Amino acid sequence: MIYLDNAATTKPKKEVIDVMMPFLTEQYGNPSAIYSFSAQNKTAIQKARKQVAELINAKENSIYFTSGGTEADNWALIKTAEAYEEKGRHIITTKIEHHAILHTCDYLEKRGFEITYLGVDNDGRISLEELKQAIRKDTILISVMFANNEVGTIQPIEQIGEIASEHGIVFHTDAVQAFGHVPIDVEAMHIDLLSASGHKIYGPKGVGCLYINNSLKISSLIHGGGQERARRAGTENVPGIVGFGHAAMLAKETLKERMEKETRLRDFFIKELFNRISDIKLNGCKENRLPNNINVSFPYVEGESMLIMLDMQEICASSGSACTAGSIDPSHVLVAMGLSSDEARESVRFTISDETTEEELRATVDAVETIVSRLRSMSPYYDN
Amino acid sequence: MSKKKVVVGMSGGVDSSVCAYLLKEQGYDVIGVTMQIWQEDSPAYCEREGGCCGLSAVEDARRVAATIDIPYYVMNFRREFQENVIDYFVDEYLHARTPNPCIACNRYVKWESLLERSLQIGADYIATGHYARVEKLSNGRYAIRNSVTAKKDQTYALYNLTQEQLSKTLMPVGDYEKDQIRKIAEEAGLPVAHKKDSQDICFVSDGDYAAFVEREAGSVPGPGNFVTTDGIVVGQHKGITHYTIGQRKGLNISLGYPVFVVAIRPETNEVVLGNDKDVFTDHLIADRVNFMADSEFDPQKTYLGKIRYSHSGTPCHVKMLEKDKILVEFEEPVRAVTPGQALVLYSGDYVAGGGTIIQ
Repeated sequence: MIYLDNAATTKPKKEVIDVMMPFLTEQYGNPSAIYSFSAQNKTAIQKARKQVAELINAKENSIYFTSGGTEADNWALIKTAEAYEEKGRHIITTKIEHHAILHTCDYLEKRGFEITYLGVDNDGRISLEELKQAIRKDTILISVMFANNEVGTIQPIEQIGEIASEHGIVFHTDAVQAFGHVPIDVEAMHIDLLSASGHKIYGPKGVGCLYINNSLKISSLIHGGGQERARRAGTENVPGIVGFGHAAMLAKETLKERMEKETRLRDFFIKELFNRISDIKLNGCKENRLPNNINVSFPYVEGESMLIMLDMQEICASSGSACTAGSIDPSHVLVAMGLSSDEARESVRFTISDETTEEELRATVDAVETIVSRLRSMSPYYDN
Repeated sequence: MSKKKVVVGMSGGVDSSVCAYLLKEQGYDVIGVTMQIWQEDSPAYCEREGGCCGLSAVEDARRVAATIDIPYYVMNFRREFQENVIDYFVDEYLHARTPNPCIACNRYVKWESLLERSLQIGADYIATGHYARVEKLSNGRYAIRNSVTAKKDQTYALYNLTQEQLSKTLMPVGDYEKDQIRKIAEEAGLPVAHKKDSQDICFVSDGDYAAFVEREAGSVPGPGNFVTTDGIVVGQHKGITHYTIGQRKGLNISLGYPVFVVAIRPETNEVVLGNDKDVFTDHLIADRVNFMADSEFDPQKTYLGKIRYSHSGTPCHVKMLEKDKILVEFEEPVRAVTPGQALVLYSGDYVAGGGTIIQ
């Protein structure tokens, strides 16, 4: 199998699994308990919190573990909206956010909040001018994703943070795709709230975090016991948190070399595709792009058919945003970037990992070339 | 020789599940596909309905595919379904015709889009769990043949398939009785062996077509007059999309005798009422003709004509009026000939062809 869907999820590192195992077996104690049997679970969580904090230059006590990126996004948006609703009810976000943001915005809109959705250019980047113009007296929150899950475009986060901070507006970023893949510094970038996830960085599923700047007074989303300094109730997912922490630590240690390696492989793959297949189009931005993302439109080729045919050769890729059922709708991200609905349906996303090899990518290009020529030969619209 | 590859359209029901099982047993290389055609998946819809309606079908189909060990995919046909089925369905009602969305879905979504995508991924055939059979006749043509399960017969909704489409179609379920199909499912351990059969139009779950048309269209023609066949206004109707030819229930009109809808006039927004006799006619005109077992209709021959899915059929003769238009004369009057519905002609066990009723 050739696995090229690392933006969907990654293979947990063996090291990560190893540090988790004791907490799935012998060290099962509830961290809230009084007896010493549980003490090491408490310290394990503290250690993980420090590991996660260090990856984004945050203070240790500003990291709150959640069930994943989606919960963090919900928490950030809903509770910021509630905390600041006396100041105003206007929120700014973008058209290319993940559904965890977009559907939460729908929810808030129904409850009387007003949302401005910023458009993006052909590269998938927002305009800082447009952002400034969208800001109003009653704007309470700006939420812009750090890097896009479909096309890998990285936003000018530091400048957005500066603008937000100049206007005294809370700034949230959904960094699920960027966390551990590109450098993030919440201080330098003026980030108030940041969502991250464990399973995108070779850690376990079902765990993530929300970074909350200590000066913010936002309340809990999940109510119950006093875990996470009374801000996120529920018995801690100790094995998950430990695995997440360890994955974050590894990510910090290897960030530079992984970025270099993945960037080289990414550019090699793009070059090979363009050398071998005619009339194709790279979606997203050339410069401000995640090192692991390749998103290409193949005109006259149904993306879904290509994915099925790749699967028959045990190559895992993806396209658009898969719905729960597993089928594919034209991507709202590509449409926001100006692609037609047809071009969006013709797109395929390949996302590499730090273990992807050049050989795997060569084999994938071979397969893609064969599939494209077959599907184009069957298309009544393709004129060679 | 490598095995022939077939894509089976799997709805999650017992018939298409057994279809996949039978073909696998017959030695085909089977790929299961569920067509995602449902449109409502907004979070608001799912909250209201307690989950996405199509998902349980997908889960069932996926379980069956895993049980019989075949690859399985969900393919997205939302756009094709919207354009060819839902838009058509709404437009027909707005024009005072009564559509048959299953026929449109078969012709354009299943046997056009699914077939095309199946061929793309390397399949030689598509297969479905319809109660019908596909046969190649001695005249070289392909035709749909009645299923051995007479009461489940689904040939009516398949009359519009082209020769090219039929040549790439397998329908193994048509060789069996429904009871046998359930038995096969049970013996094969398929998790859907006892699932209830689906009913009615799949995308209008509550059966309220008028409300559906109004939601989709945004606005619909408003109330107008009920008139008798001799033009006397006898009351107000709720809007033409609420009525179909032959309808008796829900009229709320009493004229001292049983009244029925005998015509709908969109141009004057009138619904015409008449008595039982007025609902009968001995001829009709149909267009958009498809030839199946016969390459042309023989004016000397007696066909069995069906004017709706539930009609058992009436002997008739067929005349070509012009290239794509036929006059059908029945040997005895038929009840409630409805514009928009299909006329399907049978020659013995086989579908000879058919068309869309225009008057």
